[in-house]
Amino acid sequence: MTADHGVWVYAVTGADLPDEAVSDVTGVAREAVRAVSAAGLTAVVGTVPLGEFGEEALRSNLENLEWLETVARTHDAVVSAVVRWAPAIPLRLATVYLDDARVCDVLEARRADFDAALTLVAGRTEWGVKAYADVDAIAAGAVETAGSGAEKGTGTAYLLRRKAQLSAREDAERAAADRADTLHALLLQHSAAGRRQPPTDPTLSGRRDRMVLNGTYLVDDARSDEFAEAVAAARTQFDGLELELTGPWPPYSFAGVDRGNP
Amino acid sequence: MSEVPEERRIALVDLLDRVLAGGVVIVGDVVLSVADVDMVRISLRTLISSVRAIAEDQGIEQQGIEQQGIEGP
Repeated sequence: MTADHGVWVYAVTGADLPDEAVSDVTGVAREAVRAVSAAGLTAVVGTVPLGEFGEEALRSNLENLEWLETVARTHDAVVSAVVRWAPAIPLRLATVYLDDARVCDVLEARRADFDAALTLVAGRTEWGVKAYADVDAIAAGAVETAGSGAEKGTGTAYLLRRKAQLSAREDAERAAADRADTLHALLLQHSAAGRRQPPTDPTLSGRRDRMVLNGTYLVDDARSDEFAEAVAAARTQFDGLELELTGPWPPYSFAGVDRGNP
Repeated sequence: MSEVPEERRIALVDLLDRVLAGGVVIVGDVVLSVADVDMVRISLRTLISSVRAIAEDQGIEQQGIEQQGIEGP
């Protein structure tokens, strides 16, 4: 390894990785993806130029959406190829070492953590469920009912309507949050693990209605149909929530890192 | 073709959520002092500002993002 190249790590698996498992994919620098093994573990890596993937370069490249999208999709493609072959732990984007020996050091030092994480994800797949609530629509429905008692056009009617608007919105928000809590608890019953992530920025979701659940679940492969059926049933069961199911994902959210509150 | 960018954008958000905020975190040799949460913030800022640019300038920017070539798995 020369000083101007580094080793990008995609994933770690407990299995021997045959060449054919990753022969169809190339890495983030269009490099051939290869295996580095130590301590009974295999890291799937690629050699990348530090001119593009060193600290300084990464810092500015991460601000470039085209670069970021390409690298994120390529990283995911490699990780997905590995996961199709054997249970594997994805590395966070942009984990770069100076040479293969350093990768081996990490496999040895973190062996117990990797083993525990691999045990957790074996035979399981990550699925995402997002729930959106149109709080305004729920509240508007309640206000129409509330204003109809008093005569239209009177000051009293206006005040009643205004008061109803404010409390209806609060009620609608609370109701939507309660339904999201119930939905999350329900989905946990069909999965091995699950966690709630912060809601996506509304600018990115491109939606006016509010994201009330951004959940991600690790589901036994034997129960994936059951999980999908539970989501389908929830679409009708949870009035006022719109659900979005994404996946299958490599187990990014269950890689064995404590990331604060679930 | 006009529907593709929106879908791809949403799929990209889901993907970035996972590759930037998920995955096992091990300090590499090439240490990003913007690692972890900061890296997520930077990238989200990148994404958000580009989405705003799209909204303000429908068409041209949108094509730029859509046509950039790499397909998801």
